[in-house]
Amino acid sequence: MVCCNYNAKFAAPAPLLGNLMSEELKELGAQVELKCPKAVSGYEITPQGELLVQVKLAHIADVVEVLKKGVVFRFSTLVDITAVDYPARADRFEVVYHFLSMYTNLRIRLKVHVAEDGMVPSITAVHPSANWFEREVFDMYGVLFSDHPDLRRILTDYGFRGYPLRKDFPTTGYTELRYDEVEKRVVYEPVNLVQEYRQFDFMSPWEGAEYILPGDDKAEAK
Amino acid sequence: MMDGTFNDAQTGEQRIRNFNINFGPQHPAAHGVLRLVLELDGEIVERCDPHIGLLHRGTEKLMESRTYLQNLPYFDRLDYVAPMNQEHAWCLAIEKLAGIDVPRRGSLIRVLYSEIGRILNHILNVTTQAMDVGALTPPLWGFEEREKLMVFYERACGARLHANYFRPGGVHQDLPQDLLDDIMAWSMEFPDVLADIDGLLTENRIFKQRNVDIAIVTEQEALDWGFSGVMVRGSGMAWDLRRAQPYECYDEFEFDIPVGKNGDCYDRYLCRMQEMRESLKIIQQAIQKLESATGDVMSRGKASPPKRHEMKTSMEALIHHFKLYTEGFRVPAGEVYVAVEAPKGEFGVYLVSDGSNKPYKTKIRAPGYLHLQAMDHICKGHQLADVAAVIGTMDVVFGEIDR
Repeated sequence: MVCCNYNAKFAAPAPLLGNLMSEELKELGAQVELKCPKAVSGYEITPQGELLVQVKLAHIADVVEVLKKGVVFRFSTLVDITAVDYPARADRFEVVYHFLSMYTNLRIRLKVHVAEDGMVPSITAVHPSANWFEREVFDMYGVLFSDHPDLRRILTDYGFRGYPLRKDFPTTGYTELRYDEVEKRVVYEPVNLVQEYRQFDFMSPWEGAEYILPGDDKAEAK
Repeated sequence: MMDGTFNDAQTGEQRIRNFNINFGPQHPAAHGVLRLVLELDGEIVERCDPHIGLLHRGTEKLMESRTYLQNLPYFDRLDYVAPMNQEHAWCLAIEKLAGIDVPRRGSLIRVLYSEIGRILNHILNVTTQAMDVGALTPPLWGFEEREKLMVFYERACGARLHANYFRPGGVHQDLPQDLLDDIMAWSMEFPDVLADIDGLLTENRIFKQRNVDIAIVTEQEALDWGFSGVMVRGSGMAWDLRRAQPYECYDEFEFDIPVGKNGDCYDRYLCRMQEMRESLKIIQQAIQKLESATGDVMSRGKASPPKRHEMKTSMEALIHHFKLYTEGFRVPAGEVYVAVEAPKGEFGVYLVSDGSNKPYKTKIRAPGYLHLQAMDHICKGHQLADVAAVIGTMDVVFGEIDR
């Protein structure tokens, strides 16, 4: 075993949130757009100094491959895949990819938008580590991935129904289970809350919550 | 089990079916609740399918209906071996989104306790790894030291495990000087304990037989499978977020990053042992720096509570205190990904805020999730007995994997 001070193979530490960094990221964003002009629909540097690239759904696998193999990018590590649910939007889900390059010491975030009945091309062929992440997104949001080798549920129970991280899924869930002494096995039953689910609204009355007081309707009627 | 009919066991060709076994979910070497479905050809593992989620508690779902401060304790329960390192990522994410600066003393205390967490984790990992391959003494010796460290946790925040100590803007309370003195004194004694464990394991014939050249991870594999932490450093890449993308005040500290050569279980064991020694250096430096950094431990603003004395005497402070602990504070709309070098690897938080007092979406990126995913790839062709060693070296904890 060797003990080394910072290895020269990797880039020098970049100043956090410096102007220099965001210039570098801006250049990188332009490069991505240049390399895949049809696939990228825009890029921006967020106020927190992170690079965010919007990608068209059909081209996500190509962009990921370019990012991995391109000499200027070398985003060889897949950090994370997740989704965000916006029920009001036509394309309900945002699938978010994070990549890291250990060579250039930069991070990038890709986003695609997908409707509830849409399919996202799987990137498992490019990054084998995407396998479980895509399974998790499927499990939690019900987003389907085309060409995924093994799209099973991963975190929830065997035989679970519904997609728990969707905004319209109740926090309590629909079923509960207990050991039944008579049947000598674990049984599933619909959730029966002994007490109402305690969800308080603490928002300031003059800022967040909309309380309708008796008599308010008269004011509007005028 | 043999299928088919055969007349002479000596000469006849026999059809032999591969054997499927369940490893876990209740197995002492599974480090928690892991179920592996293993397909064996004799004693050789042909396929390994991990079934996870037995400890799934829906943390990310629960977080969407709680305020930012109420969500903090969930992070202790992720990787319960080094709780404060997880809290750190959550605090950094909120601070980055809300633009909160941490005062110097608070920052140093965070570094100090993050490194204590690293040692907590590595003691557990190194010694249980030894237990998985047959040694009983190391865990007994190591857990004694963990107990001392948990007392330091308790003296800082009142809880041995579920600390809830790091807060957005700093840490909850200041440390008394005698605690710092005691941590310093412990850090002087701990190298002897490490040397004892070292003497038990490093040149131990059985330990080497069970670890050398087992579960070799090459540089390319580490990248393909998204490894981080010791799993990459063991394969010769000096990648450490504390150095590469310094957060908090790690850029001020003198420490080395140990890297392995072969990428096998044994090198990763050596890396962890050396990392504990490096953490000790950071702890000692942090305590020295804390002597001159006498200020507040938390930035006082909307996101942090007023001082107790003020709360008891000033009406505005009382209202602030009440609103902070009921409504909570608001975080500007936006999204951020923040990662820390947790003892197990890159622990990240992806936080989407809609400007309210609750996170719209949180994704917890646990390093163990990716490591465990590679089980099938790594175990293929190894002996059944090596599976325990592989799980040990990956340093999996199901609190963070199942979330």
